[in-house]
Amino acid sequence: MPDKPREIGKALVLPLAVLLAFEFWARATHLKSDSLAPPSEIAIALAGAFADLSILTATRDTLFSAFAGLAIGTAIGLALGIAFGISDTLNRLMEVTVEAIRPIPSIALLPIALIALGFGYRMEIVIVAFACVWPILILSRAAVRSIEPRLMEVSRALRLPPAQRVWKIIIPAALPRIFVAFRLSAGIALIVAVTVEIAINPLGLGAGIMLAQQALRADLMLAYLVWIGIIGYALNIALVVAQRRLFGRAALSGDGA
Amino acid sequence: MKRGTSIWIWRAASFAVAASFIALWQLIANLKLVSPVFLPGPDRAWASLVRGFSSGDLWSKLAGTLEHMAYGWLVASIAGIAIGAVIGSSRMMRTYVAPSLEFLRPLPVSAIIPVAIAMLGLTQAMALFVIAFGAIWPIMLATIHGFAAVEPRLYEVARSLQMSRLAVITKIALPNASPDILAGMRLSLTVALILSVVCEILAGLDGLGHWVLLSARAFRSADLFAGVILLGITGYVTSVAMSMAEHRLLAWQAAQR
Repeated sequence: MPDKPREIGKALVLPLAVLLAFEFWARATHLKSDSLAPPSEIAIALAGAFADLSILTATRDTLFSAFAGLAIGTAIGLALGIAFGISDTLNRLMEVTVEAIRPIPSIALLPIALIALGFGYRMEIVIVAFACVWPILILSRAAVRSIEPRLMEVSRALRLPPAQRVWKIIIPAALPRIFVAFRLSAGIALIVAVTVEIAINPLGLGAGIMLAQQALRADLMLAYLVWIGIIGYALNIALVVAQRRLFGRAALSGDGA
Repeated sequence: MKRGTSIWIWRAASFAVAASFIALWQLIANLKLVSPVFLPGPDRAWASLVRGFSSGDLWSKLAGTLEHMAYGWLVASIAGIAIGAVIGSSRMMRTYVAPSLEFLRPLPVSAIIPVAIAMLGLTQAMALFVIAFGAIWPIMLATIHGFAAVEPRLYEVARSLQMSRLAVITKIALPNASPDILAGMRLSLTVALILSVVCEILAGLDGLGHWVLLSARAFRSADLFAGVILLGITGYVTSVAMSMAEHRLLAWQAAQR
């Protein structure tokens, strides 16, 4: 990330030059295309989509599905990850099962979710949740395992019951690294939600961009693309800032993993 | 020796646990706790796999998916390493170009699919473009990162030996960045598989993605599960093959440490 104003200026040179060149080229050649539109028209289309609220409704639908799936996936992944991290026996017994299910590409579950749940939020949420479970499970398992052993000794000496041991010792100690996993999963949740919508589910931003393509509205399609990019970038920045605010230096130690 | 045997006992126990999960799945299917329309027993899924392979249907679908994946991934690897090397080996390119790439990174790559469809139609070329575009990011960014992280004194040595830029890249930077690059290539493999499935679903291209969708539409749940299992195996085998290749290619570095 560039920090100084000079560096930000340098970083902006290329995108601005590309946008300007494209605008001039499109105007000079009187571009008529189903797949490209000059940046000025894309901006107008984006403003129009905001004005009739269509893009905001789509954003709400996508983010709702993504976050609901993320919440469910995080809860399941965290419960399993902590259990596997604490009990080596359990971890070894479940190894084959986990390694057999994990490599299934999340999107392959789409047809199963489709016939079981039909179109709509539910099938999308299930697929997002499936995709989010694995990074959380694996990183939280690693986080629990790397907890300073003396902390665990303290909890044993205090004779904390298991629930309190998890709540008072393990979760606080592993939290910075668990948050890194959460950040990763949030990105995955958005990607999977948009992908499901593009592939098949008729709601949200993915369906919006597909509809614009089928209507041969290149300007609107690219406006959706830009907006999806902005959402992805904003989500990433928000989580990085939250990580720094919440955990400060402790957060950095987790990023190396 | 003793540790070796105990690993095998754990392995066997872990397989037994996985087997008991499959038995549980069979039981649920036999008791019809879930409608057989959605959930075939493992026996029916297995029978469908055997039938599909003996008739050759599944072979051609599997070959289709592997082909999409492999072409897209190879194009992405070559282009990603080449572009990454050009950007990573020049300080000017790094300050001007790299931030734009970082900005594009959180974009859900599947959002490019409508644009690709508008440009190329529902064709093999579209699938190749989408898969390569999606898979290039991890490789390219890993290459840039790997080049930036090369010990600066090595570059000084290269300058005093008056090595050409090409020689610096092939003799110093690439070998030093190879762990990063291979890690990026492994990540891209998963991306390539997912995008292959999505493109097959959307464009009706011959492959497992299309097969699972058709099975779902026709409510042939056994075929559907057979396809999903096969996709899981594909994900697993390709990632294991990649880890083995990584291990081999990086053996010289492990020896150095």
